[in-house]
Amino acid sequence: MKKKVTKNILSACIVLAVYLVIFALVQLGVLSRHYQSLLVPIGINIILAVSLNLTVGFLGELTLGHAGFMSVGAYAGCLFSIYCDLPVAIEFPLSLIIGGLTAAIFGIIIGIPALRLKGDYLAIVTLAFGEIIRAVITNLDFLGGAGGLKGIDKYSSTTSAFTTVFIVLVITVLVIKNLVNSRHGRAICSIRDNVIAAESVGINVVFYKLLAFVTAAFFAGAAGVLYGHNLGILKPGTFDFNKSIEILVIVVLGGMGSITGSIISAIVITLLPEVLRGLDDYRLLIYSVVLIAMMLLNNNPKFNEFKEKIKPKKKGGKTVKDDAAQSADGEVE
Amino acid sequence: MEFIEQLINGLNLGSIYALMALGYTMVYGIAKMLNFAHGDVIMVGAYTLSVAVSTLKFPPALAIITSMIVCSVLGITIEKIAYKPLRKASPLTVLITAIGVSYFLQSLALLIFGSNQRKVESVINIAPVKLGGIELTGESIVTIGVTVVIMILMTLFIKKTKTGKAMLAVSEDKGAAQLMGVNVNKTISITFAIGSALAAVAGVLFTSSYGFVGPYTGSLPGIKAFVAAVLGGIGSIPGAMLGGILLGIIESLSKAYISTQLSDAIVFGVLIVVLLVKPTGLLGKKRMEKV
Repeated sequence: MKKKVTKNILSACIVLAVYLVIFALVQLGVLSRHYQSLLVPIGINIILAVSLNLTVGFLGELTLGHAGFMSVGAYAGCLFSIYCDLPVAIEFPLSLIIGGLTAAIFGIIIGIPALRLKGDYLAIVTLAFGEIIRAVITNLDFLGGAGGLKGIDKYSSTTSAFTTVFIVLVITVLVIKNLVNSRHGRAICSIRDNVIAAESVGINVVFYKLLAFVTAAFFAGAAGVLYGHNLGILKPGTFDFNKSIEILVIVVLGGMGSITGSIISAIVITLLPEVLRGLDDYRLLIYSVVLIAMMLLNNNPKFNEFKEKIKPKKKGGKTVKDDAAQSADGEVE
Repeated sequence: MEFIEQLINGLNLGSIYALMALGYTMVYGIAKMLNFAHGDVIMVGAYTLSVAVSTLKFPPALAIITSMIVCSVLGITIEKIAYKPLRKASPLTVLITAIGVSYFLQSLALLIFGSNQRKVESVINIAPVKLGGIELTGESIVTIGVTVVIMILMTLFIKKTKTGKAMLAVSEDKGAAQLMGVNVNKTISITFAIGSALAAVAGVLFTSSYGFVGPYTGSLPGIKAFVAAVLGGIGSIPGAMLGGILLGIIESLSKAYISTQLSDAIVFGVLIVVLLVKPTGLLGKKRMEKV
């Protein structure tokens, strides 16, 4: 028990340290304007990837509508902040919650019917849902149509933007990490490992699938609100199928079922096109090769043997890291 | 009168969907996977045709055959490299790989041909026919005719030939088929080859009707064709035909009478309703889940 507390304090210190370092870098002007402007997209991608990982990595169901949930949340939250005149300190958290809740409600509406399906069908239905949302938003005049929803309040400064995103990011990771390591999380993972076995020990499969699905939708919606306030304009075209795939690439690269992996790979994938400017044309090609290569490697017996060899031996008590590594391997049946 | 014209438009589009849906259904039946890249094979077929006709100056018949061969080889290659090592992997893994392959083909086409849509001359030179005030274009006649012929040929192929029966056997039970002396790997390769050749035909017909091809030409029609396959009942050949034509008619009628922009949404709405009401599709068989 005591060990756990020490670990939590340690994690909190690390989080605080990361924040302070980046804050200092921004304040001292070490980071160029260009890289400063990337801080928010990185944070948003981490939130999206970690929440998608809950359904893809832990629940084991592929959903291709994450961008759809993001757009629903973004429009709901940003509409609220446009038409509401409260002080920012109250208005912004409220708009985040409203964005998240709206996405979650859509998650329930889509999830209850869609989660009766599985595998390929679920993927296609969520894809279809994302496309329907986009078509509907484009046709609704009060949402700005294809031209976009304009006039969203932007963050007052880079540091305030970064701080906001960082706080939401930490909350997201905390909630999802705790969910995954709880009784509910183990139920979710058991559905991934074997649905029939999970059902036979009395796990309510529909409930837990919905729980994972809706939680993921909530955070995708919140990420959408952050996104809208960062750009000041929302265009339905941004939230297309490609956006969903981009998040999927992040999750797959980081390792399905590994939250730390998602965070690292979100940073890498967001920075990659900026660092390698010349490679911009090849970005999509690289994404696709990453997807195929990761899947083939993870299912290659020789590579898995090699991975076992270089992996440090486990000692006594289980750590979160082991958990994550195990779940990442868990997809191999 | 306009209604009948829209109906014919729908039949035209629906025939193309049916051909693509056939490829999805065959591969799904045998490999139990959603070949996400199928739509992009159509795009490759269309590009091959366009290069063969306008750059290499091939006669139309040769160009179509070239395009079919290129697509078949591509289909077999994709299967060998990307899907074969994953036969025992979870469906999630296979699906993500298929999405990867789809993206790979798209971005490759984007790099080679650029993002601009390329004009393709129609390889069908048949004068329009007038039937009591309704004009049938040559393209529609050929598209609908070719689709019907292919559907009949495919049904005969699967029911009568040895290879076709082997396909049925593999889709029923891979292990048992292997014990009966069916070469499973070869059968799967043949299925991919046939499916991709059909995709090439669909690509040829699609570009003849619409006159252009771009890197993303195949992706949305591909997804809609999958919707058609699901609507008709996945794994069923008449189902693919029925689903494709129904979907084509729904799409062209909703474009004409409801809204152009919402037509895609309506098509996908159909999918959701079908999966909720009858998840096995109109002509599909129910499969029991075994422990």
